[in-house]
Amino acid sequence: MIQEAKRMGREGFFGSQSLFFATLTLFIMYPFVVSDYYIDVAFFFGIYALLGLSLNIVLGEVGLFDLGHAGFYAIGAYTTAILNTKFGIPVLILLPISAAAAALFAYVVCSPIIHLRGDYLCIVTIGMGEIVRIALINNPFDLTGGPNGVYGIDFPSFGGPFVIDSSIEYYFLIWIVVALSIYGLIRLQKSHIGRAWNYIREDEVAAGASGIDVRYYKLLAFVLGAALAGVAGNIYASKLMCVSPESFTFWESCLMFCIVLIGGMGSIPGVLIGAAFISLFPEIFRPFAMYRMLIFGTVMILLMMFRPGGAWPRKRGAAEHPPLHPGKEGIDG
Amino acid sequence: MADSALRSSHPVVLETQNLTKMFGGLTAVNAFDAQVHRGEICSIIGPNGAGKTTVFNAVTGIYTPEKGRIVFNGNDITGHKPHHIVAAGIARTFQNIRLFPTMTCMENIMAGHHCRISSGLWGTLFRSSGQKREEEETRSIAESRIRQVRLWDYRHELARNIAYGSQRMVEIARALATDPTLLVLDEPSSGLNPRETEELMEFLTGLIKEEDITILLIEHDMNVVMGISDWVIVMDEGRKIAEGGPDQIYHNPRVIEAYLGSDDRQAHQE
Repeated sequence: MIQEAKRMGREGFFGSQSLFFATLTLFIMYPFVVSDYYIDVAFFFGIYALLGLSLNIVLGEVGLFDLGHAGFYAIGAYTTAILNTKFGIPVLILLPISAAAAALFAYVVCSPIIHLRGDYLCIVTIGMGEIVRIALINNPFDLTGGPNGVYGIDFPSFGGPFVIDSSIEYYFLIWIVVALSIYGLIRLQKSHIGRAWNYIREDEVAAGASGIDVRYYKLLAFVLGAALAGVAGNIYASKLMCVSPESFTFWESCLMFCIVLIGGMGSIPGVLIGAAFISLFPEIFRPFAMYRMLIFGTVMILLMMFRPGGAWPRKRGAAEHPPLHPGKEGIDG
Repeated sequence: MADSALRSSHPVVLETQNLTKMFGGLTAVNAFDAQVHRGEICSIIGPNGAGKTTVFNAVTGIYTPEKGRIVFNGNDITGHKPHHIVAAGIARTFQNIRLFPTMTCMENIMAGHHCRISSGLWGTLFRSSGQKREEEETRSIAESRIRQVRLWDYRHELARNIAYGSQRMVEIARALATDPTLLVLDEPSSGLNPRETEELMEFLTGLIKEEDITILLIEHDMNVVMGISDWVIVMDEGRKIAEGGPDQIYHNPRVIEAYLGSDDRQAHQE
């Protein structure tokens, strides 16, 4: 892990190795020097980072317009809420289960619509997100508690004496999950799977004609993206201790979309910048609450005008493909 | 291989039987029968709208034909998905180059080897030894292909930033990286200048000599068709109207009438 981190540093993810370790130290120190309020702000930054990373797989890597991602987030949160309150299963054990539930839902729902392109897919995913939310309001089988949602979710634990019950612990929980996700996603980006996703984004027909199983890789992106959103839902549910349909509106999906667009499609540092923007912006502009949305909109428009590729677009080129045989370069022409 | 007796001594790689493709009321390809033999360069020619590209799209799995069969190396591949057909050994290029524009030339060519990779999600996440080996292999195959098309110096350039002629060669290299038995080229010389066309012809004839590969191409440039083809199939209005060695085709009155035209013939003789 450390070796991988060093490599990440060298390869320009954080500019340099020392900058990477400085950032890491800052992250560990941060909750010990600020008040609980700012720890919570950083916690929600982490939640949005995780949601951004999850949508980034679908939207950023494969270029599929998914505006219903809050639906997967909701499935994860409600899976945790219901199984924890009804059956008392510890929240951390539900973490992988929530991910699997969201992934399964994505597989079932997306299989029939995966061939749709661009705006058509976009509209269907909006519908999917809304159907999930409305279904939760309608309280099916008396499970979801209707508009009030589900109350009384436990603190995260494995059922033993280890319980996450303070802001600092929540902060570390979410950021460890974010770090592990980034680690896994970087591996995928640098592999044939990440490349296959990008080929499909660039040209679906050419990807198919080059031997990529387009349908499989699109579904894989949705399933993985949904699983990560499910993980975010699990942590979110236990942090708030209650879930209700109004946390999973179309607006949440839009925010996730903004995170990916602000940062730059397919760029992991970009997602972190986008998530920081979306989660910290309301805090910074709290004094001007009235004009908040106005400023937000203006900033978005300016960003899209002057940096259409996002704040930190993914760079391609020699950095990602160090030569296999250093020193032999340039012999052939 | 110009005479048909010698040609038939080579095994058939690709065969279409009664291939028919309709778009609504329009029959784009009508009962098309053709055979491509191993180790030859076979050209399909014909006026615009004759159905050449439709045949290609049916062979490579982009369209499913209404009627007929496509047999490749003895296996029926009619209606298979494009990626299955690539894995079976047919690789193609497009008339209007279709690269992955914002990815590097290396990454573009690496796409070709994808169908030979067997590691899955978990192997990739946990970086299994098999996955590492396959990744190295993908890279070294792409490197040897990019050397072969003489674009080594451009390997880290984005595909959209290199010259049109070079993009064409990257597309061919991507197809070759799939390790194909049959290379299907849709108008490879379109948009190339005479020198680039010359180089392309040399490249293709060299390829046939060095590798166990068969080439099927659509071409409009008669110098290319007559210069490198072993066998020529002429299409018009969705049907095959003639086939034969380049010389036979060149003197076939039906072909001249349908396609070449008398002026063209004169130009060629000069």
